[in-house]
Amino acid sequence: MLAVSNLEVVYDDVVLVLRGVSLEVPEGQVVGLLGANGAGKTTLLRALSGLLDIHHGSVTRGQVTLDGERIDHLDPQQVVARGVSQVLEGRRVFGEFSVEENLRVGAHTKPKDRAANLERVYTLFPRLLERRTQAAGYLSGGEQQMLAMGRALMSNPRYLLLDEPSLGLAPQLVANIRDLITTINEQGTTVLLVEQNASMALSISEHGYVLENGRVVMDKPAAELLDDDDIKEFYLGLGAEGAERSFRDVKHYRRRKRWLS
Amino acid sequence: MRDVLLTTIRGLGFGSVYAMLAVSFVIIYKSSKVISFAQPALMLAGAVLVSYLAGPVGFYLAVPLAALGIAALGLGLERTTIRPMIGRPVFVVAIITLGLDIAIRVVVNVFIGTDVRNVGDPWGLDTVSVAGLPIQERYIAMVVVLVVVVGALFAFFRYSRYGLAMRAASLDQETALVQGVSVGAMTALSWAMAGGLAAVAGAFVGAGGGVDQSTWVIALKALPAIIIGGLDSIEGAVVGGLLVGVVESFFATYQGEYLPWLGQNFSLVSPYVLLLVVLLVKPYGLFGTREVERV
Repeated sequence: MLAVSNLEVVYDDVVLVLRGVSLEVPEGQVVGLLGANGAGKTTLLRALSGLLDIHHGSVTRGQVTLDGERIDHLDPQQVVARGVSQVLEGRRVFGEFSVEENLRVGAHTKPKDRAANLERVYTLFPRLLERRTQAAGYLSGGEQQMLAMGRALMSNPRYLLLDEPSLGLAPQLVANIRDLITTINEQGTTVLLVEQNASMALSISEHGYVLENGRVVMDKPAAELLDDDDIKEFYLGLGAEGAERSFRDVKHYRRRKRWLS
Repeated sequence: MRDVLLTTIRGLGFGSVYAMLAVSFVIIYKSSKVISFAQPALMLAGAVLVSYLAGPVGFYLAVPLAALGIAALGLGLERTTIRPMIGRPVFVVAIITLGLDIAIRVVVNVFIGTDVRNVGDPWGLDTVSVAGLPIQERYIAMVVVLVVVVGALFAFFRYSRYGLAMRAASLDQETALVQGVSVGAMTALSWAMAGGLAAVAGAFVGAGGGVDQSTWVIALKALPAIIIGGLDSIEGAVVGGLLVGVVESFFATYQGEYLPWLGQNFSLVSPYVLLLVVLLVKPYGLFGTREVERV
């Protein structure tokens, strides 16, 4: 189990971004983490994968544990070696590299399993096999997202952290990515899915967390979150009656959030 | 015709040495985005190390040993002086390398003394006759070594796990980090490789003529070479180095005859004239990446 407890993260010693976040990702599940821009989602992922350092952030309280062992002070490569692999927001493929070279970089920590993992990734994403010698920068957005996920799978992770995989993709592609995440999860990889696209995330998650202003304000099974009136209103864009609301009404908000943040 | 061929071959010979030095600059530039002005000192240190080792173990073993020694020195320099400067402006780091260059040369000069030190190469100024042309053996050796070294580097960067990781780290550090690549280790590796290359180049700079306290100046000719080729391109560094060597060689042979009004020893500045011309025509070098600035 990947667990975060009372985590507090400060950037540059002054900017407090996470104010005591607790979260659990039990093995085998898909856990969704929702939140608006600036809620602290990416910061939380950075704390999990050891990237705080290069962003001048530090954990000032609380801890991140993987199966009981603290991992919040490890280097990124040690975290990857322990089986936690992150896909950064915005895909970030190496544009000059070919598709296969991108995947080979992903296999850096597990050179022995490279052939087997390569086969697994090509089976999951047949498009990548078709394009394996092409420069990654010329792939479409959806293909780049697949490449970024495939690259993360090359280290054979037990936990996959996905930062907004639906970002900038057409609805059809979002559905594809969603199905792929389910498949990856069924193959035995635990997924922490960080998303702004709440309906997509909650449709495949077992459990959901809602992050606002650096705090977890809601923490429920995904099915309950989908049913929650506030979530419907503020994250799914549906009115209380369940229909998609017209933007004409936006100016006349009557409902207010019922939780503190 | 005979003169033209001999001039070209001499140019390619020295050009190979410049190319190796230029590649060492490029390797560091790609990993640290800084031009390391310590390379001349590392080259000199390598040459001097070879001159000491060649006696006991022979030239052919001395060169790889010196390369390893200087690679270790490069590694040490990165760890002690460059690593703590991560995140500082590259200008600051460049000045530090300038200081390193001076400091290392002061130490190395003690080992050189006032005389010219022979590096113990087996060629001297001997020539071998190829198709009736008396070609100096050392030029052949220089070209062969360049081909072997560059070939090995290309294979390393293309096929090996660490080569790929180094390229990845130079493209996007954060993404490389989340793939489990230790960016710091890759930077250290690049300094070690650049040190080793500079040492090999130093051994061949000394071949035929030996080294003295002013030999380090030769390494500066790698600067026009890398700027001509484009700072971040190894192919460009090789082409640039060879081009600088050939142009210099042609000026040395023909300038006195055809352009006497330029005075004597114009060949020494010819690389910089070439640099000027290339920069006017192609500001990013022949193979460099164009920097697009969007405002």
